[in-house]
Amino acid sequence: MLSEEPIGGDEPVRGDEPVRRPSRALESRQVALVDLLDRLLAGGVVVTGDVTLCIADIDLVRISLRALVASVREEWIAGGGGRDAGGTLQGTGGRYDRQ
Amino acid sequence: MNDAVATWLYAVAPTAGTSVPAGLKGVAGEPVRVVEGAGLSAVVGSVPLSDFGEEELRAHLEDLPWLEAAVRAHHWVIDNAARSGCVVPLRFATMYRDDARIRSLLDERRADFDSVLDLLAGRTEWGVKAYVDPQAFVPDSPGDRTGGHSSPGTAYLLRRKEQQRGRETAHVRATECAEAIHAALAELAVRTAEHPPQDARLAEYEGWMVLNNSYLVPDPRVEEFAAAVASLEQRFPEIRLELSGPWPAYSFTAISDSGQDSGQEGESRAQ
Repeated sequence: MLSEEPIGGDEPVRGDEPVRRPSRALESRQVALVDLLDRLLAGGVVVTGDVTLCIADIDLVRISLRALVASVREEWIAGGGGRDAGGTLQGTGGRYDRQ
Repeated sequence: MNDAVATWLYAVAPTAGTSVPAGLKGVAGEPVRVVEGAGLSAVVGSVPLSDFGEEELRAHLEDLPWLEAAVRAHHWVIDNAARSGCVVPLRFATMYRDDARIRSLLDERRADFDSVLDLLAGRTEWGVKAYVDPQAFVPDSPGDRTGGHSSPGTAYLLRRKEQQRGRETAHVRATECAEAIHAALAELAVRTAEHPPQDARLAEYEGWMVLNNSYLVPDPRVEEFAAAVASLEQRFPEIRLELSGPWPAYSFTAISDSGQDSGQEGESRAQ
């Protein structure tokens, strides 16, 4: 049943509605990738594996952020973009720095 | 030659004999299985080094569609494993040479896994994000008095200065609200963890994200927690709150001697 579902193959659903129901709320819609990255790349138990010898957590986060940023930029350029399509994402109004 | 494999570790469950749903597939599309040791179960899969060797993996991580599929698969396995009970999720891309190494890990770190499992038992991670429209927090301006005696240049500079001050005030006010919201939610959680605010374009929102936290909530208090989020949204109508979860407890898995911490974890009061 559950196991038969394709992995990551679903069309991402970008519901605007905040999730209200507390029980298994994630089942009803696809988890946002950014929320997953917050948790998967910086969270989870860290033990030293043998194979991925030194992909330190900080690298993992940086590397993947680069991938995200690059893909957003591509979308912008492909879609006609904005004036600052090639600009840095760090400077957008959404940034809020806790001291 | 490269048909060598490594063992990718997804999660650790508190008892031997844990099962995973039949047909569950992992990051490489491989069948997910269980390796037992030290009275614990490790949820694992064999992944080809041709895709998951250090260099190959590094290259893949720069490829967003690949990364997204892999991250979702890792999460999917952990979420499924968690259906049959509490599990400790492992950091993405934790791999060992073979199953024997997994068994020795379980042996060596048994006490660490036990202590994390103790913390997580009967509790779930919930995420809360808060968004504000900065305009809602900008103080009313005393009106446009740019005429007067000032030259247009001076008037422009004065106006800019006032805007800047207004923005700063808005930021302080929004932060104070976010802190009040966090404090109220932390009352209902045993632990809290902060994530950095997400980039506005990546997360597709406008304005400021003033809160992006995780809360480890005792299961019996989950309804209360969701109700608290709703009532805080009423108390702060200019702030939009978004609740997500339940999450596998990714943000609350710091193992004491690893020196690694997932975000800034804080102790809270709830039991």
